[in-house]
Amino acid sequence: MTVNAWRVFRRHLNVLKKTWLNNLMFNFIEPFLYLLAMGFGLGNLVQEVDGVSYLQFIGLGMIASSAMWAATFEATYGSFVRLHYQKTYHAMLATPATVADIVLGDLLFAALKSLIFGMVILFVVTGLGLVHSFWALLILPFMLIHGFFFATVALTFTSWCKHIDYFNYYITLFSTPMFLFSGIFFPLNTLPAWAQWFAWLNPLFHSVEVVRKLGLGRLEPVLLIHVIILIALSSLLAWLPIRMMEKRLIQ
Amino acid sequence: MQAIIEAKNLIKRYNDFTAVNGVDFCIDEGECFGFLGPNGAGKSTTMRMIYGLSRVDAGELTILGEKISLTPPAVKAQLGIVPQEDNLDPDLTVMENLLAHARFYGIPSGEAEARAKELLEFMGLDVKSDDDVESLSGGLKRRLVIARALINEPKIVILDEPTTGLDPAARHLVWQKLRQLKERGISLLLTTHYMEEASQLCDRLVIISQGKILAEGSPAWLVQTLIPPEVIQVNLPSTSLPTGLAEQVKKWKAHPVILPEMTFLFTPAGDRLWEQLPSLGLNPRSCIHRPSNLEDVYLTLTGGNLGQ
Repeated sequence: MTVNAWRVFRRHLNVLKKTWLNNLMFNFIEPFLYLLAMGFGLGNLVQEVDGVSYLQFIGLGMIASSAMWAATFEATYGSFVRLHYQKTYHAMLATPATVADIVLGDLLFAALKSLIFGMVILFVVTGLGLVHSFWALLILPFMLIHGFFFATVALTFTSWCKHIDYFNYYITLFSTPMFLFSGIFFPLNTLPAWAQWFAWLNPLFHSVEVVRKLGLGRLEPVLLIHVIILIALSSLLAWLPIRMMEKRLIQ
Repeated sequence: MQAIIEAKNLIKRYNDFTAVNGVDFCIDEGECFGFLGPNGAGKSTTMRMIYGLSRVDAGELTILGEKISLTPPAVKAQLGIVPQEDNLDPDLTVMENLLAHARFYGIPSGEAEARAKELLEFMGLDVKSDDDVESLSGGLKRRLVIARALINEPKIVILDEPTTGLDPAARHLVWQKLRQLKERGISLLLTTHYMEEASQLCDRLVIISQGKILAEGSPAWLVQTLIPPEVIQVNLPSTSLPTGLAEQVKKWKAHPVILPEMTFLFTPAGDRLWEQLPSLGLNPRSCIHRPSNLEDVYLTLTGGNLGQ
């Protein structure tokens, strides 16, 4: 973590302050639509899941997914526009900032967006009376870990990506399946045993487990393993977008 | 005079294409040094190596006394960069662009604001301070990029085609500002494919084509030394020239340079050659007699290679 990465982050924060209304407001609508359609609509058909109402079940899970989408969109479209169209990275590289500073600054900012989106959904589901424990406050710092991880994966793809249309593939083939099979909409223990093990390969599954159990106040040692997996994966992967961006920008 | 940038046999390759092929130059403190050449000549690649967007493949590059492979942050802190493509931050206002840039140099915010105000005034942008960058005209954007490059009070300002795409009035204004920078003792390094820009601004320049330096000197020296003082420009495509014209004019001590769309006859005695035009089979109406200039040096040296 360098001082110039912090300055890159500050630049993004400046922009966010000016554009938050356009940038954030409409992105909140989608998780609400899911809550409405699934929670209230589908929820009428479903009795209880894991001992809680269906709305509560998916409401807590949506905290993790909307935070993931926030980090993903920021580190794909957001970073790509700066990299490819606005040449913001090039302008920063003319200063003492390095590629590593720029990548870390982008990751931090995407993690912040994760936190903001996760927080808003957390407020909403708390307002709906779905949160049962003060442990839910730990969801907030966890959002940064969660956001940093998904931003790292997304920015790695971005540093390879030559055309903005390719992000459709990333979203459809990677993010969406992760979202659908992460245990947000149905408990994974209804799947056959082999598929449950498969779920451990889905990074979003780990986040959903942590967020939901914290929200319900069901602390289990396994949550720590989920968190450690995400931190370990982040620290293993974070050099990748740095190297790939260096290859792309320093020719 | 102290060299601030020195290159010895500088080489840059992209796969099997050699963009810069053994280039030597030495830029003194306080001068304006130019790279003149067509698109794809290797000018921008050389600039990229200097300001840290490209690695040096072979040869030596020394900036402010430090040998460089990839220009490190401490050296970049002494440079001001005006890239070929405007890369202003469209999400920020004019003032914010300068302040965001200043932050990367660790300039305290109070001082950054004072410097930004002063630079906007210097560049005639003070009334635009709170405007969105997108609302600026091409010329104003260019001036803002130059202001941005000055925020860290650099020793060297590197300008990659600073006036490409500007109208003549905007171009002259930028030139005027660059001259004022030079008066302040800032060294300027610029690339251009405008001969006029090079002769207006540069103390010394190199003519570069296909990754190699063809000539070096002051604009006036190059014109006086490398080509005859006068030229008759024949505005005919090479296919419509009288046969054997090249051989014929050599008898009159003229040096022909034949391009697809026009031909130049360089000569120490233009009037005498002009009188011979009808006998050479040329209609004087399709010819112009004028003093030779930097562009002619360039065309002669490159054999008419305009990078097309």
